[in-house]
Amino acid sequence: MPMTNAETAYQHPLMQAYWAQLDTRFKQVEDVFEDVMAEALAILTREDIHHYLDAARVIGKLGRGVEPLLVFLEEWPSVAKAIGDEAALPEVMAFVMKMQKSPNGKAITPFLQTLAPVARRLHSRELMGHYLEIALDMMERTTGSIHGHHTTFPSPGLPDFFTQAPFLLSQLSLAGLKNWVEYGIRNYRTHPERQKDYFTVQSADSRAVLQRERHGTLFMDVERKLDLYLRGLWRESEQLVPYSTAFDELRKPVPYFDKLGMRIPDVYDDAGQISGLDRYRATLAHMVGHRRWTEAQIADNWSPFQRMAVEFFEDCRVETLLCREYPGLRRIFLALHPKPAADACDPETTSCLRHRMAMLSRALLDPDHGYRDADLLDFVARFHALMAEGTSSTKDIAALALSYVAKTRRQSDQLAKIHFADTVVDYRDDNRQMWKFIEEGDEEEAFDAKRKLEPGEELKGLPPRHYPEWDYKSLTYRPDWVSVYEALHPKGNPADIDRLLEKHGALAKRLKRILDLLKPQDKIRIRYQEEGSELDLDVAIRSLIDFKGGANPDPRINMSHRTDGRNIAVMLLLDLSESLNEKASGSEQTILELSQEAVSLLAWAVEQLGDPFAIAGFHSNTRHDVRYLHIKGYGERWGDEPKGRLAAMQAGWSTRMGAAMRHAGHYLEARKADKKLMLILTDGQPSDVDTHDEQLLIEDTRQAVKELDRDGIFTYCISLDPKADEYVSGIFGRQYTVIDNIQRLPEKLPELFLALTK
Amino acid sequence: MTDKEQYKIHTEPYYQAQGKEVQLYEAAYRNRLPVMVKGPTGCGKSRFVEYMAWKLNKPLITVACNEDMTASDLVGRYLLEANGTRWLDGPLTVAARIGAICYLDEIVEARQDTTVVIHPLTDHRRTLPLDKKGELIHAHPDFQLVISYNPGYQSLMKDLKQSTKQRFTAFDFDYPDATLETTILAKETGLDEATAGKLVKIGQTARNLKGHGLDEGISTRLLVYAATLIKDGVEPMDACRMALVRPITDDADIRETLDHAIDATFA
Repeated sequence: MPMTNAETAYQHPLMQAYWAQLDTRFKQVEDVFEDVMAEALAILTREDIHHYLDAARVIGKLGRGVEPLLVFLEEWPSVAKAIGDEAALPEVMAFVMKMQKSPNGKAITPFLQTLAPVARRLHSRELMGHYLEIALDMMERTTGSIHGHHTTFPSPGLPDFFTQAPFLLSQLSLAGLKNWVEYGIRNYRTHPERQKDYFTVQSADSRAVLQRERHGTLFMDVERKLDLYLRGLWRESEQLVPYSTAFDELRKPVPYFDKLGMRIPDVYDDAGQISGLDRYRATLAHMVGHRRWTEAQIADNWSPFQRMAVEFFEDCRVETLLCREYPGLRRIFLALHPKPAADACDPETTSCLRHRMAMLSRALLDPDHGYRDADLLDFVARFHALMAEGTSSTKDIAALALSYVAKTRRQSDQLAKIHFADTVVDYRDDNRQMWKFIEEGDEEEAFDAKRKLEPGEELKGLPPRHYPEWDYKSLTYRPDWVSVYEALHPKGNPADIDRLLEKHGALAKRLKRILDLLKPQDKIRIRYQEEGSELDLDVAIRSLIDFKGGANPDPRINMSHRTDGRNIAVMLLLDLSESLNEKASGSEQTILELSQEAVSLLAWAVEQLGDPFAIAGFHSNTRHDVRYLHIKGYGERWGDEPKGRLAAMQAGWSTRMGAAMRHAGHYLEARKADKKLMLILTDGQPSDVDTHDEQLLIEDTRQAVKELDRDGIFTYCISLDPKADEYVSGIFGRQYTVIDNIQRLPEKLPELFLALTK
Repeated sequence: MTDKEQYKIHTEPYYQAQGKEVQLYEAAYRNRLPVMVKGPTGCGKSRFVEYMAWKLNKPLITVACNEDMTASDLVGRYLLEANGTRWLDGPLTVAARIGAICYLDEIVEARQDTTVVIHPLTDHRRTLPLDKKGELIHAHPDFQLVISYNPGYQSLMKDLKQSTKQRFTAFDFDYPDATLETTILAKETGLDEATAGKLVKIGQTARNLKGHGLDEGISTRLLVYAATLIKDGVEPMDACRMALVRPITDDADIRETLDHAIDATFA
């Protein structure tokens, strides 16, 4: 509907001027303009109003409809109020214009829409500037061509990011937000759908990273301390199960315990002077108190009010008992317990029951509560009198609670408007264990679904093991990035392997001679023996000097020897990727066949030496599916079973080496051996179809080598890739051999092993 | 002849019986049965033996065993002298000659082949052959052998042979219960019972953690140290940290838990 400035008749000349300055024809704006301006005038200075309207005019003329303009007009005053006088208008406008010029114009509305809540979180112009930087960085890096198209695409995640921003900032510090965004950009830049999932906080790793970056004390960081706390101070060894508070904004879950364990939040912020850890301790102590001293009561005959009062009294009873045990707990309880002001609730208009109970609860715990209400003081005295006799009981304390409810009842308790402020004691559990219902009620429900397996349904196969992967760009691990599935390798015909061994009969004979030399013969010297096989000259001379000098000589001047066994645990890890099916150059055999020959010879040789030895193969099809196939276990002899598996060896898929090495490493780590050796036989560089950055898996493997080295495992790579020199030393340092003439692999591999372990 | 008096204990060591061990020990001594005292470190094993020696008015020869110790260190050896050699009795031999109680402390620390030399002394023979010297000592009628041993080590290498174990009667010691331990602390150091009780409570916190990162709980001995420090005017919380927590663990989580227990107890 066409409209001109002249047609809009504002009473006040000033308002008229403002309307003229805004210069817009949107009917929807006109409808609300006066109200919006009223708010703006109350907050902004005259000069700011000027800038505000200028900016609004620009936004109105972006050609994106009325939405952005309306949103801006409505939101900006609150932004200014949150950030202060010098609200970051120029920066914001500059950012809006950048979005307008890029294909991301659609994100302007969500950006403006959440600007006010974001501002309320950030509180300062400086932080707002950082927020804009993060958003700009994200926009620039996620906008662009996808899969070689020549048009530019808008950033898929940007609008969602803005929508989520207030929530994100309620969970994360700005630094955390930056890391979270960074992770999303890095991993999903080229994948629009996943990127959207990530920035809407729907995908699992989005939540995982969010969790990692959250502020406060994370449960997983202090789990052991809490476990020790329960065990040491309270002699409890209950399972602790964290629940997330991050995704349930409406109804905050409350701690509770049941047969399956104690449920506690996955993160606690510091509350004033009380650290997150102490809040956990308070929560656990409170639950321990209930477990020790609370008997379940039959709830059917009591009204919800009565039950609430009983719960408050019982909570105080167990806390009093806890403080008897450890007086220091009182300080923590009191610091966490709200202290409602005596006159905070108006009994004429509001239901004050909660308020009364919270005050009473405070007074029961805090000797210096300062309340003057006669009933309250009376019941505090009665409570203490009851407690003075011993531990009292849930039943007695319930009786006291009921009489308190009866004594202080007010008509207004029934009102729908309930006074909640300062009445929630957040370290207390929901007391679900305190009540028995004779009739099935629907009041107490668990907020997490049961995870019990239905009878008859069994877990198939082994559950996947998750391993992190190293991201060399950010120098961080991507948590639980790779899933490794392990299984026994299918069986084939063991006679094939025996035939291979026969074929290399001559070589085997040669090896046998070397092996005999290697048989255990290390000698260890034992010194300071009174009787031994040889004279230990050093000690003998020292004794003689002592003797000549008139001192008492040490008679233990001999030494003896004892032979020490070889103690090496070996793990041979075979790369079973697709490229193994290629023919080796200058040979009729595939690399796979040659590897089989080599491995069987090596296995035979190691069996002769008696070293514990395991063989496993691996290949991968994206990070979600890394297969780890056992060919020979440490407990098995080199007999028909492992030979059969080796004979059936097949190649396929890709080479995600790091995860396989970590998995193999965890087996080696469990071995009790002085030396641990992991041999990796591969024909190419680490790679996988879902990883575009070649360097990434190479760096990850290098990191895996470092990890293994730290755990005392020596890794050694035997590469069959003639071009391996380019990367293999980067990964394995000097611990590798490149075998150019693959045909000679069967003789090289055992020789190499023997040389390594000599 | 060696001076018997020097091995006697003249003043009564403070020992608080936990059960019937004093009477039982007396019975064992009347019949000269060898005694083994088992229990965690610092629970009062050595104090008990000392106390019994005082009570029975017998000399006590204590040998702290270590893994470098050989049979000669127990039995004796020839020493070289300017004009020949001289035999010197080892502590075990001395005890057998003069009729003392020979107490081999932490016997598992000694190598297993060393321990075997005590065998002939511990059965009906009650003799000690000195093969190098060509002498067979018949033990003095008052002689008794006592060994102590901490089964908490849980190491394959540090365990007694069955053939050694089965030559002894045994007392199984543990840390005393809370009231008794409180009394012990108060008696031993003169600390007031209330503070002593708090110390004991912290001690028990640590004992609950045994096997979860702690090899041994806080011993009575350490509690006595803490009590001594407090008695000397050290702040209780500092004394506890210094005497109870820092010595037993380097594990940050456990340290923090115990520190919290101290704060919670002494608030």
